[in-house]
Amino acid sequence: MNCIAEFKSVNKGYGTGANRTEVLHDINLQLREGEFLAIVGFTGSGKTTLINLLTGLLQPDSGEVLFQGAPIKGPSHERGVIFQNYSLLPWLTVYQNVALAVNERYPEWTGTERDQHIRKFVDMVNLSPAINKRPAELSGGMRQRVAVARALSMDPELLLMDEPLGALDALTRGNLQTEILKIWSANKRTALLITNDVDEGILMADRIIPLRPGPNATLGPEFVIDVERPRDKTQLNDHPKFKQVRNEVMNYLMDLGDASKLRQTNTYVLPDLQPIMPGTRSFPFSRAKAG
Amino acid sequence: MKDNSTVAIKQPIHTNGTASPTEKPAETVSQKDQWWRNYMPRIDTRAILKRSLVSLASILVFLLAWHLGAAKLYDIEATEKVQKVLDEQGEVAAREMVDCISSGEVSCQPNTLPSPYQVLIAAQNLLKDHRDISTKKAEFRQKVAATNADRRAQGLSPITYTGRPSFLDQILTSIKTVLAGFLLSMIIAIPIGIVTGLNQNLRLAFNWLIQVFKPVSPVVWLLLVFMIVKTVIRDPEIDKSFIISFISVGLCAMWATLVNTSVGVSSVQKDYINVAKVLQLNVGKKIFKVIIPSSIPLIFTGLRITVSVAWMVLIAIELLAQSPGLGSFVWEEFQNGANDSNAKIIVAMFVIGIIGFLLDRIMVVVQRSVSFDKAKIA
Repeated sequence: MNCIAEFKSVNKGYGTGANRTEVLHDINLQLREGEFLAIVGFTGSGKTTLINLLTGLLQPDSGEVLFQGAPIKGPSHERGVIFQNYSLLPWLTVYQNVALAVNERYPEWTGTERDQHIRKFVDMVNLSPAINKRPAELSGGMRQRVAVARALSMDPELLLMDEPLGALDALTRGNLQTEILKIWSANKRTALLITNDVDEGILMADRIIPLRPGPNATLGPEFVIDVERPRDKTQLNDHPKFKQVRNEVMNYLMDLGDASKLRQTNTYVLPDLQPIMPGTRSFPFSRAKAG
Repeated sequence: MKDNSTVAIKQPIHTNGTASPTEKPAETVSQKDQWWRNYMPRIDTRAILKRSLVSLASILVFLLAWHLGAAKLYDIEATEKVQKVLDEQGEVAAREMVDCISSGEVSCQPNTLPSPYQVLIAAQNLLKDHRDISTKKAEFRQKVAATNADRRAQGLSPITYTGRPSFLDQILTSIKTVLAGFLLSMIIAIPIGIVTGLNQNLRLAFNWLIQVFKPVSPVVWLLLVFMIVKTVIRDPEIDKSFIISFISVGLCAMWATLVNTSVGVSSVQKDYINVAKVLQLNVGKKIFKVIIPSSIPLIFTGLRITVSVAWMVLIAIELLAQSPGLGSFVWEEFQNGANDSNAKIIVAMFVIGIIGFLLDRIMVVVQRSVSFDKAKIA
């Protein structure tokens, strides 16, 4: 299978001098064309940094991030992003938010072509009734759907999702998971999902790779999810393979969590104090009495 | 008493929504026809009544305090006056003075804080004065209509009325000045604010300038503008006092907008900037589609402060620039020292306050209509 994007021994840290923290250390990853890859990890483990290296918002300190064989210099229309916090522009309507992306991606199209394209994607995420509303009038789930429509309307080769459903309640989350999967399977782009929810990763992805917690986060071993699609969220719970993968990933992450806890063994240097008991020679009052 | 209450129950009370038990069956019958009631804003008459009563009471208390205070001051001033006459001219003159004061004779009234009633009379007089001047103007226009037509045909400027402006004319001049000043400050402050907001080096370079000029007093601005305008504009036909006052108003008031715009532009949420980056918007689109819209709320907060500052300094500036507005009205009345001058000054004070309040309300409405986070505007 072709490799669409690749991390080659990438390091990334923030700050300088004493304040410097290494976030990612020696990341090696290959994204195959057409696959759905999930990266799971604890909060603060550097997941967003990882995805921002792919979007081009960040540059690696050392190593290379390649997209279609060439190093990533900056953001590109080839790689669509769905941000964690929707990042819709609140003064624009749903239509205008999507239009901003479409006009930028297809400047050579005529107005009606673009209009149809925009409406197609708004319809795809079932937001046609709310097309002229502003983000403030929408619920969290609806906002995230606009973000999905905006990212997909640019027809990206690679879809990057940074905890897209993290801020949603469980029910809305489930609905959107199936919707994103439906859209993904319809046009089979490569997708990278960053999440902290193992179930979500298993439901949606072909492979799961855990990110070991930072600082100096590295990628763990990959877990292949060999469950046939389309996957049904309700039936999946009883699927033997699902259970098996879920347990494996969970155990791995739990061990990591325990390990990182164990690592925090600080040695406190205590002053060398001896308890003074009444009746002993150095006890001041008894000495006074004796004197 | 009992009769009254039964009558009250029989009357349907629609307005405050508290239907009496006897009325209930009638309401269920007409419920289908009155579905629109659900969509109407419910008018709580009792709450409105309560609120207006409280404000009315506060106004009454204010007027009463004013009246009593004015009466007290009047007494002090009158006693002083009589005492002075007694000391200087003897008992006969003092008795004449007492009679003169109590008769309400204009020439010997004590000069002090006018009572609310006097202010009301002064307001009426000002309106009457305006009507008189308006008729005079109309007559004048009729008289010179033929001459002016001739002059226009010859390419000369028409003869205009050069008499004393009425109080309402002066209000209009003030509003014109403040609007011109506001426009000027908008034209100067918003672009500079955006540019300095976008570039941190420019912001640092401009910062000393802003910090130094922001606290400069309106009077000093006026003198500065006067120095420049006097040299630049030599044409005697141009109304220099208007130009000087509106430029000074604009320069005094623009700082709030400048600082707010700069802060708004420089503190755009990082998410929006990231969106602009990911969508690969070019610089122009990034500024006009992302950065400026997101800083609109702060820009308008600045503009609102600018309007109120502009109106506040306007009075002082007009007073000094001899521009025929409310400021010079107040100053002239103070210099005039006529019997009702003090009352007229108080009338002007109320007019200034009310117009300032209305300007602020207008700005709030505009701010609401352009802002995307409507909840935050008080």
